[in-house]
Amino acid sequence: MKFGVLVFPGTWSDRDCGWVIDQVLGAQLQYLWHKDADLKGCDCIILPGGFAYGDYLRTGAIARFAPVMEKVGEFADRGGLVWGICNGFQILCEAGLLPGALIRNASLEFRCEWTNLVVERNDLPYTSQCSEGEVISVPISHGEGSYFADPATLSRLEQNNQVVFRYSDPEGRVVASANPNGSLHNIAGIVNKRGNVLGMMPHPERCSEPELGGTDGLKLFRSVAESAVRVLVS
Amino acid sequence: MVARVIVTPKPVVNDPQGVTVKQGLATLGFSEVSDVRVGKYIEVSFDAANEHEARKRVEAMCRQLLANHVIEDFHFEIESEATSKG
Repeated sequence: MKFGVLVFPGTWSDRDCGWVIDQVLGAQLQYLWHKDADLKGCDCIILPGGFAYGDYLRTGAIARFAPVMEKVGEFADRGGLVWGICNGFQILCEAGLLPGALIRNASLEFRCEWTNLVVERNDLPYTSQCSEGEVISVPISHGEGSYFADPATLSRLEQNNQVVFRYSDPEGRVVASANPNGSLHNIAGIVNKRGNVLGMMPHPERCSEPELGGTDGLKLFRSVAESAVRVLVS
Repeated sequence: MVARVIVTPKPVVNDPQGVTVKQGLATLGFSEVSDVRVGKYIEVSFDAANEHEARKRVEAMCRQLLANHVIEDFHFEIESEATSKG
């Protein structure tokens, strides 16, 4: 299982992701530069957090033009695993690989705090190590993480069970008080219809070791490592 | 030519910046303000054969990059001034 961590100018969570993959998980790691013309045989491409290209114009708006993104799109079309975290989620939305958009937090504040996420699906390559309805604790760190989609898109997402994570209270209840940013339907993470492209605002790479206050994030990395074979043969 | 592009959040999109600015105006005594929406202003200088062509090109620029159709509306004016300001 080879993870590829994409690095744009302004990406800042690439080393955190790389550390978890390489040092904690013990999986193969390959950093990919935004100008790379191929994905170097990686099985799962991670678009990490940060401010790619300074988030100029809109978050993720410029990053989607990076040369490597064309390859990422082709890879996703073939069923390859593409995982956007925070800024990576914003980029995937701008690139049209996921529906909707991330807008300014309702509070207008940059929120850096722990959140509880209820895992709505565990039949995905990203969540197979979780149980359905499990509540995991994962930190967020963003100013523009409020998920928006028009009503038709939103109902399509719900009908197709494309919502993977929702902000919840510690008991897994999806309540307004647990929503840190104003996301519609408390959405914290979604997949495409096929289930191979995941976008999420919370940072699993920042809670994959006990020293950091929690290890729930590691479940997602483990899931990907274990699920890779199944995806590649499909 | 110069295109003056205005990008605004769609009416259905929550605009917390606008709400906050409205509150600020109310604090200053502008109680007549009923709504504020905060958007972006983008100026694009470019060459085009005529205004019809220019409009087509700017429309495409807006759709492909300058505005995100999921959350934003746009409109623009074209100024077909041939000379550029030094």
